[in-house]
Amino acid sequence: MSPVLAGVLQLLALIAALALVYVPAGTYMARVYSSKKHLRIEKWVYKGIGANPDTEMTWSAYLRGVLAFSAVGVLFLYLLMRLQGVLPGSLGFSSVNPAQSFNTAVSFVTNTNWQSYYGEQTMGHVVQTAGLAVQNFVSAAVGMAVAVALVRGFARSRTGELGNFWSDLVRGTLRILLPAAAIAAIVLVACGVIQNFSGIHEVGQFMGGSQQWNGGAVASQEAIKEVGTNGGGYFNANSAHPFENPTPFTNLFEIFLILVIPFSLTRTFGVMVGSVKQGYAILATMFTIWLGFVALMMWTEFAHHGPALQAAGGAYEGKEVRFGVGASSIFAVSTTLTSTGAVDSFHSSFTGLGGGITMLGMMLGEIAPGGVGSGLYGMLIMAVIAVFIAGLMVGRTPEYLGKKIGTREIKLAACYILITPALVLVFTAVSMALPTPPHSMLNSGAHGFSEVLYAFTSASNNNGSAFAGLNANTDWFNTMTGLAMLLGRFLPMVFVLALAGSLAEQKPVPVTAGTLRTEKPLFTGLLVGAILIITGLTYFPALALGPLAEGLA
Amino acid sequence: MLTLVTGVVYPLVVTGIAQGLFPGKANGSEIKADGRVVGSSLIGQQGYSLDYFQPRPANGLGENSVNTQYKLILSGATNLSADNQRLVKSVEEAKAKVVKDNSTPGHEVKPSQVPPDAVTSSGSGLDPDISPAYADLQVHRVAERNGLTVAQVQKLVDDHTEGRTLGFIGEPRVNVLELNIALKDLVAKG
Repeated sequence: MSPVLAGVLQLLALIAALALVYVPAGTYMARVYSSKKHLRIEKWVYKGIGANPDTEMTWSAYLRGVLAFSAVGVLFLYLLMRLQGVLPGSLGFSSVNPAQSFNTAVSFVTNTNWQSYYGEQTMGHVVQTAGLAVQNFVSAAVGMAVAVALVRGFARSRTGELGNFWSDLVRGTLRILLPAAAIAAIVLVACGVIQNFSGIHEVGQFMGGSQQWNGGAVASQEAIKEVGTNGGGYFNANSAHPFENPTPFTNLFEIFLILVIPFSLTRTFGVMVGSVKQGYAILATMFTIWLGFVALMMWTEFAHHGPALQAAGGAYEGKEVRFGVGASSIFAVSTTLTSTGAVDSFHSSFTGLGGGITMLGMMLGEIAPGGVGSGLYGMLIMAVIAVFIAGLMVGRTPEYLGKKIGTREIKLAACYILITPALVLVFTAVSMALPTPPHSMLNSGAHGFSEVLYAFTSASNNNGSAFAGLNANTDWFNTMTGLAMLLGRFLPMVFVLALAGSLAEQKPVPVTAGTLRTEKPLFTGLLVGAILIITGLTYFPALALGPLAEGLA
Repeated sequence: MLTLVTGVVYPLVVTGIAQGLFPGKANGSEIKADGRVVGSSLIGQQGYSLDYFQPRPANGLGENSVNTQYKLILSGATNLSADNQRLVKSVEEAKAKVVKDNSTPGHEVKPSQVPPDAVTSSGSGLDPDISPAYADLQVHRVAERNGLTVAQVQKLVDDHTEGRTLGFIGEPRVNVLELNIALKDLVAKG
């Protein structure tokens, strides 16, 4: 069997597995967020934090919950790293310096998991499991909560109420992410991912002598790293490290874990707005873009253009033998079209165009299928933009799911889609213009520029992957990517929740013959087109200077 | 509260189950030979002498720069771009070396026979595997240096070649450490 055919078959198997769980997982999540009952453990949590899970919140109260919770998360994680040197169970590792602690705390709370540190030499057991892994859960749950609030905005009318943030947060964590991660973790251990607290120990070598290895709770963290589209590796090599991703099967399984919640949430959306067909239309949009990107990536990686790859006879630099080119391509696209940022192969050594595809995936706003929650709300914002564009073409007031898209709504949606490009382009331009930041580049020329562009694209879109040759552990990059992550995560949430509030207050408009049917393929086509055109227009100049210049040279 | 559940209870429960059901795997899949641990079947090693099968290059590996009371290996890739001249040069040099090392009297290796994994560094720097093509390429050298027949060594490689999982997942591969342990056994038996 040729590697290309094997790659395609793996893709088909992955699609089949995702299709199989789509309905049950999506319906289950809709039930979780709609149920009136609280589990006993949830009641304990509510009592512990002093929240009443049954009060309905307006959009601003909901937003205050998100921001307060995240602020506490950043502070806690920051202190944990600053105090690592005196905490027990930390392997005697010293405290992390302030700039890197700030960067890492922000990174994990914003679901980005950008890492300017080397996991194996920097973070002890306590920071990894009680700090970083916890944020892997709750940052994902926050994303889902905001998405659910927006869905409620569409589903409800004549009310300012969007549900309860604390209840959504706790349920997302305990009823969705925790069981999924627990099952996934056991599967991963069964395939060879390590899970122990043995610390650093000597392991003998074949030719004599020994090596020092870290142990750690890797499987439990790996599972939530993928399920919550987080992406922060226990080890520096992330999912390329054999202890994180030991076999071809675990590789495919990890891609499945990355994609399962983001895709299934479109079902949750469909159920909650009372029309699963609307969910299918959104799913079709996400799926079309994802599949197109995978096909492009496989094509360029198997073709292995670029002098070094031609000399080697294949695009194997930065890739593992057990995964091969095909599966590595699927992983790379899936991780950058979601907000994951985990890598099983190193994007910096991909072909010029392949690297460009990973960047473009993030630049779309990570909506196909996107991060858990953030993918759905990002895509729904694009849907609002698309109906607006369609409305302009035919001269009718645009509406989506029975809600009018008026001046206020379109302003909020426009603000949403302008934030991340502004962050990416401004931070990149400033970094390139200043004298010292470019010293961090490993490669020169177009690829060097791509390293910086990639860094801020990844940070602002909360992805977390990198063209990792860039030395990002400088005060400049730690601080600026930290800011990009903060603004890129929470400003869009402000607009999403404001939009949700404004939609929830409207009374629904009846469907007439003139209504744009947003559950039809025509709308999916329009949406795909709108996404590609808007992103293309925004980023084309920057892409032309970096990956296109390299790939077409 | 959530920290307690997701940061303490969850990892401990998973660790408990993992250590109970899969102790070998949860602790790093260590392999023993001659009564001592010689590494993990999952972690590639460098430094094999030419008597043994060679692993992939690992130019992206690093040494730890903080917490230097330990001597840790930092996993990683080179991150050199496809158009980087340093990478082109290292690939060409690696290829020349593979050709030279594996050409034995009566068996000339051509540069076009060298598979890509033999001359590139992996993503982790710890890739435990090589492609069957690279293993096959080394058979003549290994046979000659160990006084074995080509057929004996080729059989060893074939026995240690793992196909794609279920026939289509991943790529065929040969685990270098396991292959070298078996080779050592074979040589010892004479």
